[in-house]
Amino acid sequence: MVSHPVFHFRGVTKRFGSIDAVHRIDLSVQRAETTVLIGPSGCGKSTLLRLMVGLLYPDEGHLQFEENAITSETINGLRRRMGYVIQDGGLFPHLTAKQNVLLMARQLGWQKDRREERLEDLRRMTRFPPDALTRFPAELSGGQRQRVSLMRALMLDPEVLLMDEPLGALDPMIRAELQEQLKAIFRKLQKTVVLVTHDLSEAGFLGDRIVLLRDGRIVQQGTLEDMLRTPKSEFVTEFINAQRTVFDGVRGDSVG
Amino acid sequence: MRWRPPSATALLATLLWVGAFPSTVASEDRTIQIGSKSFTESIILGAMLTQLSRAAGAEVNYRSGLGGSRVLWNALLRGDIDLYPEYTGTIGEEILSDPSVDTWSAVHEALAPKGIAVSKSLGFDNSYALGMREEEAERLQIKTISDLRKHPELRFGFSNEFMDRRDGWPGLRDDYHLPQTKVLGMEHDLAYRGLSAGSIDVIDLYATDAEIKYYDLRLLEDDLHFFPSYQAVILYRSELESEAPEVVAAISRLEGRISESDMIAMNAEAKLERIPESEVASRFLNDAFGMTTEVQRTDLWKRLRVTTGDQLFLVTVSLAAAICVAVPLGILAARFRRLGQGILAAVGIVQTIPSLALLVFMIPLLGIGAPPAIAALFLYSLLPIVRNTHAGLHDIPIQITESAVALGLSRRARLWLVELPMASRSILAGIKTSAVINVGTATLAALIGAGGYGQPILTGIRLDDVGLIMEGAVPAAGLAILVQGLFELAERRLVSRGLRIGSP
Repeated sequence: MVSHPVFHFRGVTKRFGSIDAVHRIDLSVQRAETTVLIGPSGCGKSTLLRLMVGLLYPDEGHLQFEENAITSETINGLRRRMGYVIQDGGLFPHLTAKQNVLLMARQLGWQKDRREERLEDLRRMTRFPPDALTRFPAELSGGQRQRVSLMRALMLDPEVLLMDEPLGALDPMIRAELQEQLKAIFRKLQKTVVLVTHDLSEAGFLGDRIVLLRDGRIVQQGTLEDMLRTPKSEFVTEFINAQRTVFDGVRGDSVG
Repeated sequence: MRWRPPSATALLATLLWVGAFPSTVASEDRTIQIGSKSFTESIILGAMLTQLSRAAGAEVNYRSGLGGSRVLWNALLRGDIDLYPEYTGTIGEEILSDPSVDTWSAVHEALAPKGIAVSKSLGFDNSYALGMREEEAERLQIKTISDLRKHPELRFGFSNEFMDRRDGWPGLRDDYHLPQTKVLGMEHDLAYRGLSAGSIDVIDLYATDAEIKYYDLRLLEDDLHFFPSYQAVILYRSELESEAPEVVAAISRLEGRISESDMIAMNAEAKLERIPESEVASRFLNDAFGMTTEVQRTDLWKRLRVTTGDQLFLVTVSLAAAICVAVPLGILAARFRRLGQGILAAVGIVQTIPSLALLVFMIPLLGIGAPPAIAALFLYSLLPIVRNTHAGLHDIPIQITESAVALGLSRRARLWLVELPMASRSILAGIKTSAVINVGTATLAALIGAGGYGQPILTGIRLDDVGLIMEGAVPAAGLAILVQGLFELAERRLVSRGLRIGSP
């Protein structure tokens, strides 16, 4: 197979009214890597993710998923090859945890044995308590809801996992625990992951490659190391400095 | 948990059923449909016509107390009824809007081209008149309608029909230059009670009303001869002369046979002594013609069975049809914003039409009886369901709808598996509201001959019989509570527990 990037943006612009949410973006997301989109609020990081999953379409430019252009005609087939997780989980409140996870597999007519087997694999991997499967989202903790959301996204064994601030609504303890688990899962599954966050430590911890955005444009991409050593602009340093005090105080790391 | 679409055939069957009531079709051995207006005298006369026709061997269906002149006249023109008692003044002033039609021969000539025949006068004149309490009139020295000009503070309580008719209050006020401003429209039977309680001073009444003597009222002299003559006659469809000559012959026997004092006495028997109208009619026929006619009496339980059956039929059919139409409309309104505004505005406008007016609008289209009542109730039931369906779908958080999209669910699957279940609570609440309104409004259906709990309520108001009013009001309230309870049970079954325990 010819090695396409998983997602390939060529000059993609998306406008809301007269404002460019993202402006002439060129970006390649590589297979089996974890790419983190980061930047201040309104920088366009969530817009990029929503373009990938087809909740939005580009006004200009071209966006491809592997060898397919992402358009309203092609998107429904492509979505089943992507898993999508959002901040508060986006779980359907009228369905139990299990029903949420199995919904799409049922729609596609999977046999019961196959569904149950897959569910059990995912449950173990996400360390979700078995008795909580029959609970409704309102009866689950925030961390449990994110685990259900992750299971739902992984149910069809998609090639790509797209996550929009998946840990943003959790308290720090649970957040740290889930970060560890996510990292283990990413390593185990060897999937292509695109993750949006505004937290640099999370980006550095989970990401193979970090894409820093500002005002709808890519400022710099590479590893956290690259950004620390060779910032491409003053903004990169400012963005890093704004988040580094915690590290300085606690770990005494020398950065910059 | 999963919602399933109601089958298209079931939906179609319901709609066809609603539309399947044919207007009366003439046949050889047809049933003669007799109507009467919703006041005692008309009901007694209708009962006489019914008994005479039956005695002549005809198959008769008597739809008593159908409503006002408009309802009866339209029903007669459409052929929903074959005959009913009317007054010459009403025909000229109200029905034809041509005051020059004020004699029997003028009426006869005006109606013949419409296929409507008119009998000779039954023998009495039931003209409009104004009345006051005798002692009050004496104290203020009021003898004629002109005398009212000197007392602008007097409070008038007029029947709704009198308020609107050209031969009623508007014409009277102009001709006599009456200055009074405190003029209320009210139900005629309630006006008597208002008068005797002293809350109003002057009412309109009919020259043959039983209450004139009972309440000791003074009739004010019509010194300018404003009120036209109201000879009692029978209007019938001309084809009866060839299709049912025995009926025409039978009803003609009443011509010239009922005097004003006869009519006042009969009205008094029915209203003051509470003798059923059919029995009053039967006694008169016995006295006048030596006829013995059978009077059917029914017991409370049998009546309740009939009214409950009618009411349930009206409510179930109209509500089922409304759900089948309103939920899809609500879905459309939520999906297409422009169209949605139009849909919501349209069903909102329907709601602003007074229920009685809506019922009457339906008569030219659907005749009298159940079909127009069901159509009106159907229209009334739309708004709460459309609005709640729209609101329920509209209020689904964007994260939920986007998650459903991103998951790869088809549009159809999103609607049935996510959006409708999420909106189920709101939709059911709308249906519940509609059902309760529907049960209440359905009592008005009795005004256009659709029966139901309104039947005993209307009769009870007319006869000042609290027992009869209760016979309709209590089961109507009971049904409303029952419906409410049923929908609460339905909510427990249909709305996911996940939605009832609070949002995540």
